[in-house]
Amino acid sequence: MEKRTDKNSYTIIFATVMVIIVGALLAFLATYLKPRIDENKRLEKQQNILYAMGINDNDEKSVVFISTNEVAEKFDKYITKQIVIQGDKVTEDNEAYLIDLKKETALAKNGAERRLPLFIGEKDGEKYYIIPMLGKGLWDAVWGYISLDKNLVVKGVFFDHKGETPGLGANINQRFFMDDFAGEHITDGNTFKGITIAKGNADPKNERKEDFRVDAIAGSTITGDGLTAMIKKDLKMYMPYLQILNK
Amino acid sequence: MGLLSKKDAKLITDPLADNNPITIQVLGICSALAITAELEASIVMSIAVLFVLSVGNVVISLLRNIIPSKIRIIVQLIVVATLVIIVDLVLKAFAYELSKTLSVFVGLIITNCIIMGRFEAFALANAPGKAFLDGIGNSLGYAVILIIVGFFRELLGSGTLLGIQVLGDPIEKTGVYAFGYENNGFMLLAPMALVTVGIIIWVQRSRNTALVEDH
Repeated sequence: MEKRTDKNSYTIIFATVMVIIVGALLAFLATYLKPRIDENKRLEKQQNILYAMGINDNDEKSVVFISTNEVAEKFDKYITKQIVIQGDKVTEDNEAYLIDLKKETALAKNGAERRLPLFIGEKDGEKYYIIPMLGKGLWDAVWGYISLDKNLVVKGVFFDHKGETPGLGANINQRFFMDDFAGEHITDGNTFKGITIAKGNADPKNERKEDFRVDAIAGSTITGDGLTAMIKKDLKMYMPYLQILNK
Repeated sequence: MGLLSKKDAKLITDPLADNNPITIQVLGICSALAITAELEASIVMSIAVLFVLSVGNVVISLLRNIIPSKIRIIVQLIVVATLVIIVDLVLKAFAYELSKTLSVFVGLIITNCIIMGRFEAFALANAPGKAFLDGIGNSLGYAVILIIVGFFRELLGSGTLLGIQVLGDPIEKTGVYAFGYENNGFMLLAPMALVTVGIIIWVQRSRNTALVEDH
Protein backbone atom coordinates (compact mmCIF):
# COMPACT_ATOMS: atom_id res chain seq x y z
CA MET A 1 0.00 0.00 0.00
CA GLU A 2 1.17 3.50 -0.71
CA LYS A 3 2.37 5.26 2.39
CA ARG A 4 0.40 8.27 3.56
CA THR A 5 3.47 10.49 3.17
CA ASP A 6 3.99 9.47 -0.48
CA LYS A 7 0.72 11.01 -1.68
CA ASN A 8 0.96 14.07 -3.89
CA SER A 9 -1.68 15.93 -1.91
CA TYR A 10 0.21 15.29 1.33
CA THR A 11 3.46 16.47 -0.22
CA ILE A 12 1.90 19.72 -1.41
CA ILE A 13 0.23 20.41 1.93
CA PHE A 14 3.44 19.63 3.81
CA ALA A 15 5.48 21.92 1.59
CA THR A 16 2.96 24.75 1.93
CA VAL A 17 2.71 24.50 5.70
CA MET A 18 6.48 24.30 6.08
CA VAL A 19 7.11 27.34 3.91
CA ILE A 20 4.48 29.36 5.79
CA ILE A 21 5.90 28.43 9.20
CA VAL A 22 9.53 29.01 8.27
CA GLY A 23 8.73 32.21 6.35
CA ALA A 24 6.69 33.65 9.20
CA LEU A 25 9.35 32.71 11.77
CA LEU A 26 12.19 34.32 9.84
CA ALA A 27 10.18 37.40 8.88
CA PHE A 28 9.16 37.93 12.49
CA LEU A 29 12.69 37.47 13.78
CA ALA A 30 14.21 39.76 11.14
CA THR A 31 11.70 42.56 11.83
CA TYR A 32 11.93 42.17 15.58
CA LEU A 33 15.74 42.33 15.59
CA LYS A 34 16.13 45.01 12.89
CA PRO A 35 16.33 48.08 15.19
CA ARG A 36 19.07 46.43 17.25
CA ILE A 37 21.01 45.34 14.17
CA ASP A 38 20.75 48.83 12.62
CA GLU A 39 22.00 50.42 15.83
CA ASN A 40 24.96 48.00 15.87
CA LYS A 41 25.77 48.94 12.28
CA ARG A 42 25.58 52.67 13.04
CA LEU A 43 27.99 52.35 15.96
CA GLU A 44 30.28 50.22 13.84
CA LYS A 45 30.49 53.02 11.25
CA GLN A 46 31.47 55.47 13.97
CA GLN A 47 34.09 53.04 15.28
CA ASN A 48 35.51 52.55 11.78
CA ILE A 49 35.72 56.27 11.04
CA LEU A 50 37.46 56.96 14.35
CA TYR A 51 39.78 54.01 13.71
CA ALA A 52 40.93 55.52 10.42
CA MET A 53 41.96 58.71 12.21
CA GLY A 54 43.92 56.72 14.78
CA ILE A 55 41.41 56.80 17.61
CA ASN A 56 41.17 53.24 18.84
CA ASP A 57 42.10 50.98 21.73
CA ASN A 58 44.69 48.99 19.75
CA ASP A 59 47.16 46.92 21.70
CA GLU A 60 50.49 45.95 20.22
CA LYS A 61 49.23 43.64 17.48
CA SER A 62 45.48 43.57 17.10
CA VAL A 63 42.67 45.84 16.06
CA VAL A 64 40.60 47.06 19.01
CA PHE A 65 37.87 49.62 18.41
CA ILE A 66 36.66 52.22 20.88
CA SER A 67 34.05 50.37 22.94
CA THR A 68 30.43 50.75 21.86
CA ASN A 69 29.57 52.55 25.12
CA GLU A 70 31.99 55.37 24.45
CA VAL A 71 31.98 55.59 20.70
CA ALA A 72 29.07 58.02 20.29
CA GLU A 73 30.63 60.49 22.72
CA LYS A 74 34.10 60.25 21.13
CA PHE A 75 32.63 60.54 17.66
CA ASP A 76 30.99 63.84 18.62
CA LYS A 77 34.22 65.05 20.22
CA TYR A 78 36.71 64.20 17.47
CA ILE A 79 34.64 64.50 14.29
CA THR A 80 34.20 68.24 14.25
CA LYS A 81 32.44 68.60 10.94
CA GLN A 82 30.69 66.39 8.41
CA ILE A 83 30.12 67.73 4.94
CA VAL A 84 28.45 66.51 1.79
CA ILE A 85 29.91 67.47 -1.57
CA GLN A 86 27.48 67.35 -4.46
CA GLY A 87 28.85 68.82 -7.66
CA ASP A 88 29.89 72.36 -6.73
CA LYS A 89 27.66 72.44 -3.71
CA VAL A 90 29.09 71.81 -0.25
CA THR A 91 26.70 71.43 2.67
CA GLU A 92 27.11 70.50 6.29
CA ASP A 93 25.22 67.43 7.45
CA ASN A 94 25.65 65.80 10.84
CA GLU A 95 24.37 62.50 9.52
CA ALA A 96 26.64 62.38 6.49
CA TYR A 97 28.26 59.24 7.87
CA LEU A 98 24.99 57.38 7.36
CA ILE A 99 24.96 58.03 3.60
CA ASP A 100 24.78 54.70 1.76
CA LEU A 101 27.64 54.70 -0.77
CA LYS A 102 26.07 51.86 -2.72
CA LYS A 103 22.94 53.90 -3.37
CA GLU A 104 25.02 56.93 -4.33
CA THR A 105 27.02 54.88 -6.83
CA ALA A 106 23.79 53.59 -8.35
CA LEU A 107 22.45 57.16 -8.58
CA ALA A 108 25.63 58.29 -10.32
CA LYS A 109 25.21 55.49 -12.84
CA ASN A 110 21.77 56.81 -13.72
CA GLY A 111 23.25 60.21 -14.46
CA ALA A 112 22.38 61.94 -11.18
CA GLU A 113 25.01 63.90 -9.27
CA ARG A 114 26.15 61.71 -6.40
CA ARG A 115 26.70 62.94 -2.87
CA LEU A 116 30.22 62.62 -1.50
CA PRO A 117 30.37 62.54 2.30
CA LEU A 118 33.58 63.83 3.90
CA PHE A 119 34.32 63.81 7.62
CA ILE A 120 36.66 66.33 9.15
CA GLY A 121 38.25 65.30 12.41
CA GLU A 122 40.53 67.12 14.78
CA LYS A 123 43.03 65.49 17.10
CA ASP A 124 45.89 67.21 18.94
CA GLY A 125 45.30 70.37 16.94
CA GLU A 126 45.72 68.61 13.63
CA LYS A 127 43.02 68.24 11.00
CA TYR A 128 42.09 64.89 9.47
CA TYR A 129 40.09 64.50 6.28
CA ILE A 130 38.36 61.13 6.30
CA ILE A 131 36.94 59.67 3.12
CA PRO A 132 34.68 56.61 2.94
CA MET A 133 35.29 54.11 0.13
CA LEU A 134 33.40 51.18 -1.33
CA GLY A 135 34.61 48.64 -3.86
CA LYS A 136 34.58 45.02 -4.93
CA GLY A 137 36.87 42.26 -3.65
CA LEU A 138 37.04 38.68 -4.85
CA TRP A 139 33.72 37.40 -3.49
CA ASP A 140 31.80 40.40 -2.31
CA ALA A 141 31.98 44.03 -1.26
CA VAL A 142 35.07 45.60 0.33
CA TRP A 143 34.98 49.02 1.94
CA GLY A 144 37.00 51.29 4.13
CA TYR A 145 37.90 54.74 5.38
CA ILE A 146 41.10 56.62 4.68
CA SER A 147 42.22 59.67 6.62
CA LEU A 148 44.48 62.29 5.05
CA ASP A 149 46.21 65.31 6.48
CA LYS A 150 46.05 68.70 4.77
CA ASN A 151 49.06 67.79 2.56
CA LEU A 152 47.12 64.72 1.36
CA VAL A 153 49.45 62.28 3.10
CA VAL A 154 47.71 59.19 4.51
CA LYS A 155 47.35 59.28 8.30
CA GLY A 156 45.54 55.98 8.67
CA VAL A 157 43.17 53.57 7.02
CA PHE A 158 40.50 51.10 7.91
CA PHE A 159 39.42 48.30 5.59
CA ASP A 160 36.74 45.68 5.96
CA HIS A 161 35.00 43.15 3.75
CA LYS A 162 31.85 41.13 3.51
CA GLY A 163 33.12 37.74 2.45
CA GLU A 164 36.76 37.56 1.43
CA THR A 165 38.57 34.24 1.89
CA PRO A 166 39.50 33.64 5.56
CA GLY A 167 43.26 33.58 6.03
CA LEU A 168 43.90 35.32 2.71
CA GLY A 169 41.85 38.28 1.48
CA ALA A 170 40.02 38.48 4.80
CA ASN A 171 43.25 39.74 6.36
CA ILE A 172 42.83 43.19 4.84
CA ASN A 173 41.29 44.22 8.17
CA GLN A 174 44.41 43.21 10.11
CA ARG A 175 47.06 45.50 11.55
CA PHE A 176 50.00 44.11 9.56
CA PHE A 177 48.26 45.21 6.39
CA MET A 178 46.48 48.41 7.40
CA ASP A 179 49.42 49.87 9.35
CA ASP A 180 51.51 49.92 6.17
CA PHE A 181 49.38 52.70 4.71
CA ALA A 182 50.25 55.37 7.24
CA GLY A 183 52.56 57.96 5.70
CA GLU A 184 51.93 56.93 2.08
CA HIS A 185 51.51 59.72 -0.42
CA ILE A 186 48.65 59.70 -2.87
CA THR A 187 49.64 62.61 -5.08
CA ASP A 188 52.79 63.42 -7.02
CA GLY A 189 52.84 67.20 -7.07
CA ASN A 190 49.39 67.97 -8.37
CA THR A 191 48.87 64.64 -10.09
CA PHE A 192 46.68 62.09 -8.35
CA LYS A 193 48.36 58.67 -8.10
CA GLY A 194 46.40 56.66 -5.53
CA ILE A 195 47.98 53.67 -3.82
CA THR A 196 48.67 50.40 -5.60
CA ILE A 197 48.58 47.21 -3.58
CA ALA A 198 51.01 44.78 -5.14
CA LYS A 199 53.52 42.06 -4.38
CA GLY A 200 57.18 42.16 -5.29
CA ASN A 201 57.89 45.82 -4.73
CA ALA A 202 61.18 44.89 -3.01
CA ASP A 203 59.99 46.91 -0.05
CA PRO A 204 58.19 44.40 2.19
CA LYS A 205 58.67 46.54 5.29
CA ASN A 206 57.10 49.38 3.40
CA GLU A 207 59.76 51.90 4.26
CA ARG A 208 59.47 53.84 1.02
CA LYS A 209 56.47 56.08 1.44
CA GLU A 210 56.54 57.93 -1.85
CA ASP A 211 56.35 54.99 -4.23
CA PHE A 212 52.51 54.92 -4.19
CA ARG A 213 52.72 51.20 -3.39
CA VAL A 214 51.92 49.01 -0.42
CA ASP A 215 52.96 45.37 -0.09
CA ALA A 216 50.07 42.99 -0.82
CA ILE A 217 48.99 39.92 1.14
CA ALA A 218 50.18 36.64 -0.43
CA GLY A 219 47.36 34.69 -2.01
CA SER A 220 44.90 37.54 -2.20
CA THR A 221 45.75 39.22 -5.49
CA ILE A 222 42.15 39.90 -6.51
CA THR A 223 41.18 41.35 -3.13
CA GLY A 224 44.26 43.60 -3.31
CA ASP A 225 43.42 44.68 -6.86
CA GLY A 226 39.90 45.46 -5.66
CA LEU A 227 41.28 47.72 -2.93
CA THR A 228 43.64 49.45 -5.37
CA ALA A 229 40.74 50.17 -7.72
CA MET A 230 38.56 51.32 -4.83
CA ILE A 231 41.19 53.75 -3.50
CA LYS A 232 41.88 55.19 -6.96
CA LYS A 233 38.26 55.58 -7.97
CA ASP A 234 36.84 56.92 -4.71
CA LEU A 235 39.67 59.25 -3.71
CA LYS A 236 39.82 60.73 -7.18
CA MET A 237 36.26 62.02 -6.84
CA TYR A 238 37.32 64.09 -3.82
CA MET A 239 40.46 65.48 -5.41
CA PRO A 240 38.96 68.71 -6.80
CA TYR A 241 37.75 69.59 -3.32
CA LEU A 242 40.83 68.39 -1.42
CA GLN A 243 43.30 70.17 -3.67
CA ILE A 244 41.72 73.51 -2.81
CA LEU A 245 42.86 72.89 0.78
CA ASN A 246 46.46 72.98 -0.37
CA LYS A 247 46.25 76.38 -1.93
CA MET B 1 31.88 6.34 28.87
CA GLY B 2 29.64 5.24 31.72
CA LEU B 3 26.90 7.62 30.64
CA LEU B 4 26.40 6.12 27.22
CA SER B 5 25.77 2.57 26.11
CA LYS B 6 28.49 1.03 23.98
CA LYS B 7 26.44 1.49 20.84
CA ASP B 8 25.79 5.14 21.57
CA ALA B 9 29.42 5.81 22.37
CA LYS B 10 30.36 4.36 19.00
CA LEU B 11 28.19 7.01 17.35
CA ILE B 12 30.60 9.59 18.69
CA THR B 13 33.92 7.76 18.44
CA ASP B 14 33.49 6.13 15.02
CA PRO B 15 33.45 9.36 13.00
CA LEU B 16 36.61 10.50 14.77
CA ALA B 17 38.71 7.88 13.02
CA ASP B 18 37.46 4.81 11.18
CA ASN B 19 34.38 6.45 9.73
CA ASN B 20 35.65 10.01 9.49
CA PRO B 21 33.36 12.20 7.38
CA ILE B 22 36.26 13.81 5.50
CA THR B 23 38.87 11.10 5.12
CA ILE B 24 36.60 8.06 4.80
CA GLN B 25 33.21 9.31 3.62
CA VAL B 26 34.90 12.11 1.63
CA LEU B 27 32.21 14.67 2.56
CA GLY B 28 32.74 18.32 3.40
CA ILE B 29 35.91 18.61 1.35
CA CYS B 30 34.91 21.96 -0.13
CA SER B 31 34.88 23.81 3.17
CA ALA B 32 38.01 21.95 4.30
CA LEU B 33 39.77 23.47 1.29
CA ALA B 34 38.31 26.93 1.60
CA ILE B 35 38.89 27.95 5.18
CA THR B 36 41.87 26.02 6.52
CA ALA B 37 44.55 28.58 5.67
CA GLU B 38 44.29 29.71 9.30
CA LEU B 39 43.85 27.67 12.45
CA GLU B 40 41.40 30.16 13.96
CA ALA B 41 39.06 29.95 10.96
CA SER B 42 39.17 26.15 11.19
CA ILE B 43 38.13 26.26 14.84
CA VAL B 44 35.31 28.77 14.29
CA MET B 45 33.97 26.72 11.39
CA SER B 46 34.12 23.53 13.47
CA ILE B 47 32.07 25.09 16.26
CA ALA B 48 29.51 26.43 13.80
CA VAL B 49 29.12 23.04 12.13
CA LEU B 50 28.90 21.32 15.52
CA PHE B 51 25.89 23.47 16.40
CA VAL B 52 24.11 23.27 13.06
CA LEU B 53 24.67 19.56 12.55
CA SER B 54 23.62 18.41 16.01
CA VAL B 55 20.53 20.62 16.21
CA GLY B 56 19.65 19.97 12.56
CA ASN B 57 19.96 16.23 13.06
CA VAL B 58 17.51 16.40 15.97
CA VAL B 59 15.00 18.49 13.99
CA ILE B 60 15.13 16.18 10.98
CA SER B 61 14.87 13.14 13.24
CA LEU B 62 11.76 14.57 14.93
CA LEU B 63 10.20 15.21 11.54
CA ARG B 64 11.36 11.92 10.03
CA ASN B 65 7.94 10.24 10.02
CA ILE B 66 6.08 13.13 8.47
CA ILE B 67 8.55 14.35 5.82
CA PRO B 68 7.29 13.38 2.34
CA SER B 69 10.04 11.29 0.75
CA LYS B 70 9.71 13.04 -2.60
CA ILE B 71 10.80 16.41 -1.26
CA ARG B 72 12.96 15.34 1.66
CA ILE B 73 16.15 16.91 0.30
CA ILE B 74 14.45 20.29 -0.04
CA VAL B 75 13.05 19.96 3.48
CA GLN B 76 16.55 19.22 4.77
CA LEU B 77 17.92 22.22 2.97
CA ILE B 78 15.23 24.46 4.47
CA VAL B 79 16.02 23.21 7.98
CA VAL B 80 19.75 23.94 7.59
CA ALA B 81 19.18 27.32 5.98
CA THR B 82 16.65 28.36 8.64
CA LEU B 83 18.94 27.36 11.50
CA VAL B 84 21.88 29.20 10.01
CA ILE B 85 19.87 32.37 9.34
CA ILE B 86 18.42 32.37 12.86
CA VAL B 87 21.88 32.05 14.36
CA ASP B 88 23.19 34.77 12.07
CA LEU B 89 20.37 37.22 12.94
CA VAL B 90 20.62 36.62 16.68
CA LEU B 91 24.38 37.08 16.63
CA LYS B 92 24.06 40.28 14.60
CA ALA B 93 21.67 41.70 17.20
CA PHE B 94 23.36 40.53 20.39
CA ALA B 95 26.99 39.68 19.56
CA TYR B 96 27.85 41.89 16.61
CA GLU B 97 31.62 41.38 16.76
CA LEU B 98 31.28 37.61 16.72
CA SER B 99 28.78 37.75 13.89
CA LYS B 100 31.31 39.55 11.71
CA THR B 101 33.82 36.77 12.26
CA LEU B 102 31.19 34.17 11.39
CA SER B 103 29.46 35.89 8.48
CA VAL B 104 31.94 34.46 6.00
CA PHE B 105 31.08 30.95 7.08
CA VAL B 106 27.29 31.19 6.81
CA GLY B 107 27.17 30.26 3.14
CA LEU B 108 29.76 27.55 3.62
CA ILE B 109 27.76 25.92 6.41
CA ILE B 110 24.59 25.70 4.35
CA THR B 111 26.41 24.03 1.49
CA ASN B 112 28.47 21.68 3.68
CA CYS B 113 27.69 18.21 2.35
CA ILE B 114 28.41 16.56 5.72
CA ILE B 115 25.25 18.19 7.04
CA MET B 116 23.03 17.02 4.19
CA GLY B 117 24.81 13.67 4.20
CA ARG B 118 24.11 12.99 7.87
CA PHE B 119 20.48 14.17 7.61
CA GLU B 120 19.95 11.80 4.71
CA ALA B 121 21.96 8.83 5.95
CA PHE B 122 21.24 8.94 9.67
CA ALA B 123 18.69 11.40 11.02
CA LEU B 124 15.91 10.26 8.66
CA ALA B 125 16.12 6.72 10.04
CA ASN B 126 16.94 7.19 13.75
CA ALA B 127 15.49 8.59 16.97
CA PRO B 128 16.39 12.17 18.04
CA GLY B 129 18.75 11.13 20.85
CA LYS B 130 20.86 8.98 18.55
CA ALA B 131 20.72 11.60 15.82
CA PHE B 132 22.06 14.20 18.25
CA LEU B 133 25.02 11.97 19.17
CA ASP B 134 25.64 11.24 15.51
CA GLY B 135 25.70 14.99 14.83
CA ILE B 136 28.19 15.60 17.62
CA GLY B 137 30.37 12.70 16.51
CA ASN B 138 30.49 13.66 12.87
CA SER B 139 31.14 17.31 13.49
CA LEU B 140 33.97 16.39 15.87
CA GLY B 141 35.38 14.11 13.19
CA TYR B 142 35.16 17.02 10.77
CA ALA B 143 36.75 19.33 13.34
CA VAL B 144 39.73 17.01 13.91
CA ILE B 145 40.68 17.04 10.24
CA LEU B 146 40.02 20.76 9.84
CA ILE B 147 42.20 21.60 12.81
CA ILE B 148 45.04 19.32 11.67
CA VAL B 149 44.98 20.82 8.18
CA GLY B 150 44.64 24.37 9.54
CA PHE B 151 47.54 23.79 11.92
CA PHE B 152 49.95 22.70 9.20
CA ARG B 153 48.82 25.22 6.61
CA GLU B 154 49.11 28.18 8.95
CA LEU B 155 52.40 26.97 10.46
CA LEU B 156 54.15 26.24 7.18
CA GLY B 157 52.42 28.92 5.12
CA SER B 158 52.57 31.94 7.41
CA GLY B 159 54.85 30.76 10.25
CA THR B 160 52.08 31.62 12.74
CA LEU B 161 49.54 29.78 14.88
CA LEU B 162 46.29 31.54 15.80
CA GLY B 163 47.93 34.66 14.41
CA ILE B 164 50.91 34.49 16.79
CA GLN B 165 54.37 34.21 15.24
CA VAL B 166 55.87 30.96 16.48
CA LEU B 167 58.79 30.53 14.11
CA GLY B 168 60.31 33.98 14.51
CA ASP B 169 59.86 37.11 12.43
CA PRO B 170 60.27 36.55 8.66
CA ILE B 171 61.09 40.20 8.00
CA GLU B 172 63.49 40.77 10.90
CA LYS B 173 65.02 37.33 10.19
CA THR B 174 64.82 36.00 13.74
CA GLY B 175 64.09 32.45 14.95
CA VAL B 176 64.28 29.77 12.24
CA TYR B 177 64.31 32.48 9.56
CA ALA B 178 67.86 33.33 10.67
CA PHE B 179 68.93 29.98 9.17
CA GLY B 180 67.46 30.76 5.75
CA TYR B 181 64.04 29.17 6.33
CA GLU B 182 61.24 30.70 4.25
CA ASN B 183 57.46 30.47 4.59
CA ASN B 184 55.92 28.31 1.91
CA GLY B 185 53.28 30.58 0.39
CA PHE B 186 51.94 27.64 -1.60
CA MET B 187 50.57 26.19 1.66
CA LEU B 188 48.08 29.06 1.77
CA LEU B 189 46.53 28.14 -1.56
CA ALA B 190 43.64 25.70 -1.82
CA PRO B 191 45.52 22.90 -3.67
CA MET B 192 47.77 22.35 -0.64
CA ALA B 193 44.71 21.70 1.53
CA LEU B 194 43.82 18.88 -0.82
CA VAL B 195 47.38 17.52 -0.64
CA THR B 196 47.34 17.76 3.17
CA VAL B 197 44.00 15.93 3.38
CA GLY B 198 45.47 13.37 0.95
CA ILE B 199 48.44 12.80 3.24
CA ILE B 200 46.12 12.31 6.23
CA ILE B 201 44.10 9.76 4.22
CA TRP B 202 47.30 7.98 3.22
CA VAL B 203 48.64 7.82 6.79
CA GLN B 204 45.28 6.65 8.12
CA ARG B 205 44.88 3.87 5.56
CA SER B 206 48.41 2.61 5.82
CA ARG B 207 47.96 2.24 9.58
CA ASN B 208 44.62 0.49 9.19
CA THR B 209 44.59 -1.49 5.96
CA ALA B 210 41.00 -2.60 6.55
CA LEU B 211 40.01 0.87 5.36
CA VAL B 212 41.60 0.43 1.93
CA GLU B 213 38.95 -0.02 -0.76
CA ASP B 214 39.07 -3.08 -3.03
CA HIS B 215 39.65 -2.57 -6.69
